[in-house]
Amino acid sequence: MREHTAAMGPPRALWVPFILGRPFGVPGDAAFQHRVLRAVLQLLAAPAGPVLVDYAEEAPAPRAEETEGMACPVSFDRKTDAGDLGAALAREIEELAPWHDLAAKRRSRTTTGLSGMTMEEAAQFVTSYLNSVPASNLNGMSAGEALKIVCDDLRAYYYEAAAAQPGNPDAQAVLYWFWHDTAAGRAFLALQKICLASGDQSLQVLGGNSLVPRAIVHAREH
Amino acid sequence: MVRLADLPDFERSHMLDKLKGLEEFSARPWVKPPPLARCRIAIVSTAGLHARGDRPFGPSATATDYRIIPGDTPAADLVMSHQSVNFDRTGFQEDHNVAFPLDRLNELARDGAIGAVADFHYSFMGAAPIRKIEAKARELAGLLKKDRVDAVLLCPV
Repeated sequence: MREHTAAMGPPRALWVPFILGRPFGVPGDAAFQHRVLRAVLQLLAAPAGPVLVDYAEEAPAPRAEETEGMACPVSFDRKTDAGDLGAALAREIEELAPWHDLAAKRRSRTTTGLSGMTMEEAAQFVTSYLNSVPASNLNGMSAGEALKIVCDDLRAYYYEAAAAQPGNPDAQAVLYWFWHDTAAGRAFLALQKICLASGDQSLQVLGGNSLVPRAIVHAREH
Repeated sequence: MVRLADLPDFERSHMLDKLKGLEEFSARPWVKPPPLARCRIAIVSTAGLHARGDRPFGPSATATDYRIIPGDTPAADLVMSHQSVNFDRTGFQEDHNVAFPLDRLNELARDGAIGAVADFHYSFMGAAPIRKIEAKARELAGLLKKDRVDAVLLCPV
């Protein structure tokens, strides 16, 4: 936030009007990123500081079809009993696989892999918590650390698969789809309750900080 | 970085809360670098980035260390284990340069706009207690000097 930068007074700072997570503006747009980068590097020539300059160019607004909600070609059955949530999660992962494969091929990369698990194994790990028989932790990590990176992998898988689908959904559309239209989102919300009620402090920290975005928690409470 | 005024009330309150105590950062260091065309530049990110296979960042309270990202790290090997779920990750998933503009810096060096790109870049996990990062930040400053870095691109997320 600009206010925090002004308070801390670093030597040279460029405030940018982009959403959190995108300090250089637009993914896949090298020219746009170069303009931002040149603007911040030019601050090195300032004669004195601290310097705080506002970058004026906004990222392009998403097109109407990118914000209309995802026309997900994979039909997820939302009428899922809590007991079937693990099975629904496994089915979704299988149904999303072609889209994730496409995303990984187009981008020549995926950001999944923190846990070292396949997505099927990750789903089983999450399901073990939903069924109150938690799996063993990973590589000496605490329960919270292990569950966190498994959930990170699942979320990245879903988001990357979503981005490959028709309609080029924007960040907000993907966020809404994950938390409202997927078994994974429902599983994570159930996990949060389990973590917050756990006697394991690492799970409590996870449930409080790193599972469900504040915007989703707030929307559900109001 | 969005505008505070554009945030919903609950998020704005959360962010304003983080202003408390920042007045402690009263130092105003200033160093004049070489001309940009002779500058050797490194990236230091707070996006919780690291190379695939590196140890993921742990819970906020303990994640005060940094990870090393060699300059020749392939894009496919750049991953994120930041503790926060409150910022967009789809941009980074699509193109790492939107948060970690290494390709852009390499292009500037190739074109002669900057002197050089450092051999090593680094990432902290920005949700760590800010005052507890100081020791590691000072350690990192020493490493940057050894890498003959003239200027650091501090990239928030």
